[in-house]
Amino acid sequence: MTPSAPIAVEADGLTRRYGETVAVDRVGFRLEHGRIHGLLGRNGAGKTTLMRMLTGQEFPSSGRARLLGGEPAENADVLRHLCFVKESQRYPESFRPRHVFRVAPWYFENWDAEFAGRLADAFRLPLNRPIKKLSRGQLSAVGIILGLASRAPVTFFDEPYLGLDAVARQIFYDRLLEDFAEHPRTVVLSTHLIDEIAGMLEHVLVIDRGRILLDADADDLRGRAVTVVGTAGAVDRFVAGRETIHRTGIGGLASVTVTGLDAEGRRAATDAGLELAPVSLQQLIVHLTRASARDFSEAPA
Amino acid sequence: MIEEGRPIFLQIAEQLADDIISGAYPEESQVPSTNEFAAFHRINPATAAKGVALLVDEGVLYKKRGIGMFVAAGAREKLLAARTETFDHDYVRPLTREARALGLAADDVITLIRKDMDR
Repeated sequence: MTPSAPIAVEADGLTRRYGETVAVDRVGFRLEHGRIHGLLGRNGAGKTTLMRMLTGQEFPSSGRARLLGGEPAENADVLRHLCFVKESQRYPESFRPRHVFRVAPWYFENWDAEFAGRLADAFRLPLNRPIKKLSRGQLSAVGIILGLASRAPVTFFDEPYLGLDAVARQIFYDRLLEDFAEHPRTVVLSTHLIDEIAGMLEHVLVIDRGRILLDADADDLRGRAVTVVGTAGAVDRFVAGRETIHRTGIGGLASVTVTGLDAEGRRAATDAGLELAPVSLQQLIVHLTRASARDFSEAPA
Repeated sequence: MIEEGRPIFLQIAEQLADDIISGAYPEESQVPSTNEFAAFHRINPATAAKGVALLVDEGVLYKKRGIGMFVAAGAREKLLAARTETFDHDYVRPLTREARALGLAADDVITLIRKDMDR
């Protein structure tokens, strides 16, 4: 929040190309230490590639990534402070969850075995079943337990909830918040289930087609957009000259989402007989991502 | 409860203020910690802390080092004064503006308000 806050993760002109495809396109941002950051975007937006470069799993085509001030790739000094929970983590063929948790302290100096045990109970994870016989949700639980109980100074979760039902996801969110409150650290959580986690995030990055669309504090975004509803004529008069990000209508009614409406603007809308509806973080991001898609297709070739 | 579409730290501050006005947190009593707020509302602890800090800045809450946050003496009165001002701005002024437009005198408006409040 303060300009002098230490930076945990940094990207500068970070780019990854696969042949003709640009998966991540000249991305730059800084993530402050000790916060929960959301990396939000649609499937295929570039979230995983970006995370892989930030965690040293993949070399950038150009630009650079910094993790706790150092180059992440093949840098043991930096990587020992990192836990990256991947969507498709592989484990040794013969492993069972209890083996995973037994070797975890070799990699994570802050590993809390007792906490891991409580989490395994909460997720009802069969510790003795071979990893390859676990369900998709149970496999996700193994990753989540690793991510939480490792208490790594920087923890990345890449869509860690595949196969988990709503109850198990809520367990994950609750335990993450509880443990984060007691052991503050940097968490980067990639997801497209924005509504579920919106309240947990302090800062969000929205990525779309490999580019950063939005880099802002979550609470600043919440007041940023509002939907104006009323008769089409009145709505049109009101939104003229304002930045609109979404529009829909039925019959003579229009519903237009505008940004940057201050208290004065709100009053003017009410005075004009218009109704104002709040816009959630998820709706805002959906609108912005759609608007960007439109810009993209309308741009001259 | 917390709703989306409005800054969460403001909502935390407003709810705490409501609870102080209603007497749920009497003056000189301790309020929940930011971590308790965070866990209860499932929000980021930093966001909860920001909401609490807002009320500290306004002199409604104060910190006892090593113990927690407490409701300041005179906090309720202070909040009521602020709410009354907001009430004047948000409700009374639009009301009088509309009353003038309709050609109603102050006494007419008061009669209407009395009738409604006695209902």
